Amino acid sequence: MPKEHYLNATYGLRSWLLTTDHKRIALLYLASVTFFFFIGGIFATMIRIHLLTPTGYLVTPETYNKLFTMHGVAMIFFFLIPSIPAVLGNFLVPMMIGAKDLAFPKINLLSWYIYLVGGSFVLYSFATGGLDTGWTFYTPLSSVYSNSAVTPAVIGIFINGFSSILTGLNFVVTIHTMRAPGMTWFRLPLFVWAQYATSIIFILGTPVIAITLLLAGLERMFHLGFFNPALGGDPILFQHLFWFYSHPAVYIMILPAMGVISEIIPTFARKPIFGYTFIAASSIAIAVIGFFVWAHHMFLTGESTYAALAFSLLSYLVAIPSAVKVFNWTSTLYKGSISYDTPMLYALGFIGLFLIGGLTGLFLACLGLDIHIHDTYFVVAHFHYIMVGGAVMGYVGGLHFWWPKITGKLYPEFLARLAAVTLFVGFNLTFFPQFILGYLGMPRRYHDYPPEFQVLNVMSTAGASILALGYLLPMLYLTWSMRYGKVAGPNPWPATGLEWRTPSPPPTENFDETPVVDWEPYDYKNRPDLGLATPAGPTLAPAHGDD
Amino acid sequence: MHRTGELSGQFQTLEQQKESATLGMWTFLITEILFFGGLFLAYTINRHTYADIFAFSSRTIKLSWGAINTVVLIGSSLTMAMSVWSAQVGKKKLVTFFLIATLVLGSVFLGIKAVEYHDKYVEHHIPGASFDMYYCTNNPGACNLGAEDLAKERAELKDLTEKMGGEVAVNSHAQLFFSLYFGMTGLHALHMIIGAGLLLWLIIVSTKGRFTPQWNTPVENVGLYWHFVDIVWIYLFPLLYLIDRH
Amino acid sequence: MAEHTEHTEHIVSPAVYLLIFAALMVLTFTTVYASTVDLNHIYPALNVIVALVIATCKAILVILFFMHAYYSSKRTQLIIICGFFWLAIMLSLTLGDYGSRSWDVH
Repeated sequence: MPKEHYLNATYGLRSWLLTTDHKRIALLYLASVTFFFFIGGIFATMIRIHLLTPTGYLVTPETYNKLFTMHGVAMIFFFLIPSIPAVLGNFLVPMMIGAKDLAFPKINLLSWYIYLVGGSFVLYSFATGGLDTGWTFYTPLSSVYSNSAVTPAVIGIFINGFSSILTGLNFVVTIHTMRAPGMTWFRLPLFVWAQYATSIIFILGTPVIAITLLLAGLERMFHLGFFNPALGGDPILFQHLFWFYSHPAVYIMILPAMGVISEIIPTFARKPIFGYTFIAASSIAIAVIGFFVWAHHMFLTGESTYAALAFSLLSYLVAIPSAVKVFNWTSTLYKGSISYDTPMLYALGFIGLFLIGGLTGLFLACLGLDIHIHDTYFVVAHFHYIMVGGAVMGYVGGLHFWWPKITGKLYPEFLARLAAVTLFVGFNLTFFPQFILGYLGMPRRYHDYPPEFQVLNVMSTAGASILALGYLLPMLYLTWSMRYGKVAGPNPWPATGLEWRTPSPPPTENFDETPVVDWEPYDYKNRPDLGLATPAGPTLAPAHGDD
Repeated sequence: MHRTGELSGQFQTLEQQKESATLGMWTFLITEILFFGGLFLAYTINRHTYADIFAFSSRTIKLSWGAINTVVLIGSSLTMAMSVWSAQVGKKKLVTFFLIATLVLGSVFLGIKAVEYHDKYVEHHIPGASFDMYYCTNNPGACNLGAEDLAKERAELKDLTEKMGGEVAVNSHAQLFFSLYFGMTGLHALHMIIGAGLLLWLIIVSTKGRFTPQWNTPVENVGLYWHFVDIVWIYLFPLLYLIDRH
Repeated sequence: MAEHTEHTEHIVSPAVYLLIFAALMVLTFTTVYASTVDLNHIYPALNVIVALVIATCKAILVILFFMHAYYSSKRTQLIIICGFFWLAIMLSLTLGDYGSRSWDVH
């Protein structure tokens, strides 16, 4: 391990709380998003326990509404949306492009503090009456009738939006202006392309949720009538404005995870990625087309049939670039020299689970079918397959993949693989029954259900307990590894990419000299320095077990 | 904030630093387009649905104030552009002069806005408990309505009341217009206040002679922000004041 | 370096600024005048169309010359266009919903 690196370069609380080092800021975010993951997880646990019996014995119906709302708000706005961009993105983007830091390091730190302020407002809301409107804040329930602490929550999410916007702004400017000499657009790692596409959505979408929640909050505070039919307002207008952001928001959650997968697969297949240009272009395509499909969340609201038709068709179109990625990842595996290291297990799991999640999205985009499965557990299963089976597995896989770079240490491989399998099994047991429940007609956001659905619900809760174990294990052994893990060395896997040419952990300024790039990305074929002489390189040093 | 012309650690060259700052400001302005855009969407839908009420309500806002403010604000964009030019050609005293002129014009704008808001308060056109579109026709003295205007407004209100089916309907839909009026002009005014703060900061720095032909990026970027705020008003003015003045 | 954009800074002369300012004043006067004439008889909603067209002309002048977009890099110009394009998406698709509701069979 290097003697001096970004973790020990300076000491003391102030050096962390006032840091402008993108790597330290990434760790600050890691701590805070993990905290909100716990909060969201607690609510999920209570939901699943409550749903063990058809009439539910754990909480009152009103409290149940609060549980699923707070679970959604905490997980979406304070865990999923920031997770990969603010943790892995912040840490890696400057290194991957050969820069010393982001374009605006102080704004990066400001982003984190804004996130904390927003989070505090939302925690205050949770603690003083909770929220029962659904994370979607549909009016006029949220703006007029709800008796829960809507106003502080809406303020908190509004504030948090600026954290997202500033992060996106920072990434876009950095990727445009701070690439090292020779680092052309098409030599960028696909993770950077994914972050760029995500940042486009941050910039163009987040302001709209900001103004929407501002209007809903003003309506609630001053009894205005934008969205309240009793005062001449229009609840569907709220939904249009809300979903204009919130649909692209789901691409904010999945695109970075796809970027992670695009880094992991070539590494552990020891092959250049198949169709680099198509994967890069498909990231941008998803970001763009993703803005054209929002009203597929509103098929049953009374929007015009013609609008529904248009949005349904566009929703099918947006699936195409995602499919391109899945094909390309799979093609990368073909004739590769595959090793089943932990990150690879997460990546392979991602491909399968994202496939199911994505395809079921197409079921929902079909107008005739949506009439039956809208607002049922089918929807719940669909989005959890993408957000947990996809995004969270991408996040956890990415954490494992770059853990040696971030900490300089290796985690225990056997335990990590066990945890990955546990997570996979637990996840499927939790959410696959929910597809069936939804298809059979169990509505979402209901505190009770007909007794014939109990078996599937019990399976789901059982799965959730295994899933929880799958989350707990990494939290424990990753923390353990920071102190007791084996020293990783600069490039344990080994992988291509500029970040792997620095010591682990890297020095504060990342590179002693600005690198000059004259090689293609994922150059696994021609890299003897990485021990790769041939595509099915036999000379690879194993990642674990060496200093 | 780094001092004039010094290279911040993360950049390789001053050129890169300037390029980043300007690209950052443009990117931020794009977010502002979408931010105001949500309000414009709400406005568009509601104006389409309640065209008559919106037209009537718009006529109760004084056109002259709006027109004067438009001239003032565009004038302030001119002085802002001139201050950037002054920095580019090295006329340091003119930089300060034009920045002050911009701030003065901006303050005039805000002052007139305050007068307008006060008028709305007097006329009971502020959304809330005391909102009442019938207040002025019932209390002409309080609203400074001349006899001719009073008669006209009474007639139009009578028409509207019949069309919409009652005073409550008229009031709730008119309140929608004024919620949007205060929302949009209020958000705009907030942005102007922030702009005024930025101008003040620039003025102080410019008096120390720090803006030069080699380095005037803050003036340029605050200028971009100021011009953007002007563009929002360029759209607000016809949409709120000029719906139907015939 | 990453990308070479507007290297040599084009200095826009005060004469151009004054000319643009004059044009903006003319357009402001025009839009006020146009609102006093009933154009809706010629074509439905013509008044608001005229008002928006004039406002857009004013905005374009401010963007191109006061904000120097005319002299800026293609990248800057693309970013500006994207911003307005995205606003157009939000407005047009939403209005498309509201506008086509009457086409539905009741």
